[in-house]
Amino acid sequence: MDDAPLVIGGVELRSRLLLGSGGFTRLDRFEAALAASGAEIVTVALRRVEQAPNGLYEAIERGGARVLPNTAGCYGARDAVQTARLAREAFETDWVKLEVIGDRRTLLPDAVELVRAAEELVADGFVVLPYTTDDPVLARRLEDVGCAAVMPLGSPIGSGLGIRNPHAIALVREAVSVPVVLDAGIGTASDAALAMELGCDAVLAATAISRARQPETMARALRLAVEAGRAAAVAGRIPRLHHAQASTDDAGLPDLSTAP
Amino acid sequence: MRVTLNGRTCELDEGASVRAAVVAAGAGDAERGVAVALDGTIVPRSAWDVTTVAAEARIEVLRATAGG
Repeated sequence: MDDAPLVIGGVELRSRLLLGSGGFTRLDRFEAALAASGAEIVTVALRRVEQAPNGLYEAIERGGARVLPNTAGCYGARDAVQTARLAREAFETDWVKLEVIGDRRTLLPDAVELVRAAEELVADGFVVLPYTTDDPVLARRLEDVGCAAVMPLGSPIGSGLGIRNPHAIALVREAVSVPVVLDAGIGTASDAALAMELGCDAVLAATAISRARQPETMARALRLAVEAGRAAAVAGRIPRLHHAQASTDDAGLPDLSTAP
Repeated sequence: MRVTLNGRTCELDEGASVRAAVVAAGAGDAERGVAVALDGTIVPRSAWDVTTVAAEARIEVLRATAGG
């Protein structure tokens, strides 16, 4: 397939599936899913040390992937910025998946605080990948302040509702020139394929994999779906028509009438 | 002396270093992927030995956890 590699923050990526580690409770399952997903980027959260080392950070490195710390659970720009700085210290990366949540029930982003935090982190040298709504105007604002990508949601985090507004996602893709990573809402393979068909550059999935009955198998399914959707997007879908259009030419049709 | 370590009241020796607090929190001494905030300010790993913790300090010791 004639396709350019995905480049985020100057880093060339072969895989267009990003893996979220959220929801995994067993390290062996996570490692198997990481291998099956082919992901080169894995998100992690930063939380209080409460028990013996969990080995997650090392497992990601063993799997050959890059750690993408998130700011999950942050409800304002100040908290998110401070969490990003702590993550930079912990993981020696200036990449951050910026989440600034505005509502506990829906976990939807707080647009105003998100732009504020993004601006501050970009100024501080971070490669910022903001989790955002499917709003093309907000996406452009985030690009304007220097974000390396935008990550619009398909539907609320962990809902598995898929892409509720495909038109909006397509508009986000048109609105910005940085990579668009569909984040949140993926429930199964067809959702990931649709995201790519809509023009997204990559897909991030966590719950869809970690909470599947067979996480490793779902990781493989999403990898294949992302590849298929990307290939379809590059190939170009045919236009939708209201009526049939014969794919077989009428020319050369024999006369099979029995009348003399 | 009494400090608040990861939200819990905890006893540390007078003049304890940030590294001592990291170990008290349960992180491995050489564990990678750990970050510390002392009274809301980030303490880089390179300063863990030379930064002392004062009584009543609030220390957060953080590591990578499955997420998002």
